[in-house]
Amino acid sequence: MEDMIFYDRLQFAFTITFHYIFPQLTMGLSLIIVYFKGKYLIKKVEKYNDIAKFLMKIFAVNFTMGVITGIPMEFQFGTNWAKFSELTGSIIGQTLAMEGMFSFFLESSFLALFIFGEKLMGQKLHFLTGFLVFLGSWGSGWFILATNAWMQHPVGYEILDNGKFVLENFSALFTNPWLLPAFLHNQFASVVTSSFVVASIGAFYILRNKNLEYGKLLLKTGIVFGLISSILLAFPTGDWNAKNVAKYQPASFAAMEGIFETEEAGAEIVLIGQPNMVEKKLDNKIAVPNVLSFLTYQKWDKQIPGMDKFEKEELPDNIPALYYSYHIMVGLGTIFIGVMALAVFFLWRRKLFNMKPLLWIIMFLVPFPYIANITGWYVAELGRQPYLVYGLLKTSEGISPTVSSGNTLFTLLGFVAIYLLLGLLFLILVGKTIHQGPKPETH
Amino acid sequence: MEIFWFIIIAIVLVVFFVLDGYDFGAGIIHLFFAKTEKDKEVITKSAGLFWDSNEVWLVAAGGMLFMAFPTFYASVFSGFYLPLIIVLWLIIFRAIGLEFRGQFDYQMWKDIWDKAFGVSSLLLALFFGIALGNIVRGVNLGGVENGVSIYEGHYFFLPLWSSNFSPLSESPGVIDWFTIIIGLITLVTLAIHGANWIILKTNASINNQLKTVIFRLNIALTVLTIFSLIVWQTINPSSLDNFSKTPYLIVFPMIYISGLVGLFFIKKLKKDIYGFICSSLLILGGISSSLASIFPAMLPSNNTINESLTIYNTSTSEYGLSVALNWGIIGFILLFVYMIIQKRLMGGKIDHMDYGH
Repeated sequence: MEDMIFYDRLQFAFTITFHYIFPQLTMGLSLIIVYFKGKYLIKKVEKYNDIAKFLMKIFAVNFTMGVITGIPMEFQFGTNWAKFSELTGSIIGQTLAMEGMFSFFLESSFLALFIFGEKLMGQKLHFLTGFLVFLGSWGSGWFILATNAWMQHPVGYEILDNGKFVLENFSALFTNPWLLPAFLHNQFASVVTSSFVVASIGAFYILRNKNLEYGKLLLKTGIVFGLISSILLAFPTGDWNAKNVAKYQPASFAAMEGIFETEEAGAEIVLIGQPNMVEKKLDNKIAVPNVLSFLTYQKWDKQIPGMDKFEKEELPDNIPALYYSYHIMVGLGTIFIGVMALAVFFLWRRKLFNMKPLLWIIMFLVPFPYIANITGWYVAELGRQPYLVYGLLKTSEGISPTVSSGNTLFTLLGFVAIYLLLGLLFLILVGKTIHQGPKPETH
Repeated sequence: MEIFWFIIIAIVLVVFFVLDGYDFGAGIIHLFFAKTEKDKEVITKSAGLFWDSNEVWLVAAGGMLFMAFPTFYASVFSGFYLPLIIVLWLIIFRAIGLEFRGQFDYQMWKDIWDKAFGVSSLLLALFFGIALGNIVRGVNLGGVENGVSIYEGHYFFLPLWSSNFSPLSESPGVIDWFTIIIGLITLVTLAIHGANWIILKTNASINNQLKTVIFRLNIALTVLTIFSLIVWQTINPSSLDNFSKTPYLIVFPMIYISGLVGLFFIKKLKKDIYGFICSSLLILGGISSSLASIFPAMLPSNNTINESLTIYNTSTSEYGLSVALNWGIIGFILLFVYMIIQKRLMGGKIDHMDYGH
């Protein structure tokens, strides 16, 4: 039983982590594409259009990857989490089905039209198709977050005698207090990733002294979008989410912040330290007194319950992983604001394009927003443990009763192998597109 | 309301097989008949441009099934664990083949990925058919051994095969000689469908030869279909009861037969689209007849202890179904609009189009 749960969780974690490399780029990138296409409509300068089409090629590769790694996600609800699907399908089935109906069809239909149809439909309609792709991809985020929000903070349900959750109030799924902050935080995080990707490609072109004009434009746009989105990511959306966790999942809040013992006169904020689960304390801790209480409740001396206030069964089952995920996310987020602010400052002083070291940093920073995004999701998912549906359905109660751990290990290994190949393909495709550059081919 | 959603999901599933079926079929034809580089390229392109938007229909079908019949979704997806995951791998592997192929202009490289594309298309067609065969045949629900269920009555787990490959054993595996027959029928059907797609969408040099191929495959299909009916009637004498009880259900087999008959005239058909319509009718008729034959069950039980999974005992609440109907109608109207826009802009043969790739 224990190893059944372990392999089911490991396979889901692995496949969702790999999957989420792709949508986090497409959601943000579609916004930047709409921006460039819109700017072209207004200014009528070809280079904006070239860049919009160039970025859409990168978008398309990511979209394809997102689709084929997304099908296993949907399937796994049934294959590995059958009991969970049976018990909660009446509710999360709604939002998942709506994602397919309203987002995927929109996104895939108009993506094809954007790529193939520019000459046939004229510039205004072409802009519109780009906008609809954006709408589809953000809609997808909305429905997935609505699903997840319900698992984090269940609303609008009724539990029958046989343990099944049934929908009682459809609109409650979308007015869930967990949803809006989580959605906005997730979308801005996605804009951060794509801004960094755009800025990084720009820095690459400038450093290579190739496609200079495009490079400067990409870099400029990337850092401006990057600065705005990384600030919005921390405040108000990050702050808002943290307050939600403190309110609805206090045990997870204590674990992610690393508060082992409750401090009566206000909680400190931990900057660095390693959880020591044997002695129940943080090793090598650096912390600032009372700041956490202030950030969370705007009161320096407000008491925040530590892990000592909760039963072991209520606490997340992997506290160090949760704690590290959270601190990596927050740490990286802070670095992003710093680097982007610096870059925008030098852009304003008209020195940016000659500052080689900063360009190198921007170029190499590109994996980190991916890491921040994924650790952010780990915070949400590890924080919800040991529950699938917070407070109501344990993770151990959700797995498929008939699928043995041996079978899951077998399929996990298969996924690892095939995703390795897929990752290679992805790198080649994106690498080639970047190498080709935004310059329209001349035949 | 259950019936309504059952029909909607069945339609979405049929659309998926009509759409993604042609690119599976194109892969099968590609494997056996494409000889020149130009043909190979144009056939992979005829699949490569469309497969991902076709597979969105699979995601949609899955989502709706999950929403409307959560217990069925849970039971079937966990019970057919291995074949489903293998199908996922094949879908991914096929996509890798399609996308990798054109990346390097190097013959050996292209040959490898051509084979990958062809073989995975073929296996997918076979597996989907086997899946349909399993649904019609039913499974050992509850995993009954010696008269005792080892799981809850609506759960089961199927091995890929049992030692004697027989659909008659107490707990048959996924692959037995009956499901293999249905697998072959699907394989041939999709090969025909793919050939029609290639004729419709490309100017490949083999297009005329393909009409002969379709004709011959159609003979094979007719034989296989009759054979499977006889076999199934022998194993399960009550299998066609639904059609005698509710005679208007005969319309579904009639759709199948009309497709079958139409394809015998493939060389005389005036427009390429007619051939494609005939093979689409095969898919529509085949799936709908199979579903109609077991209705209202969606997965029959092979034992007397646990009852079959039906649209009634696996569905979500009435409220859930009717709420979903409201957004479902809006969604389908939107979808219809997208499809019209898309068809108007993307019709015609692909060789002449500037697709910007």
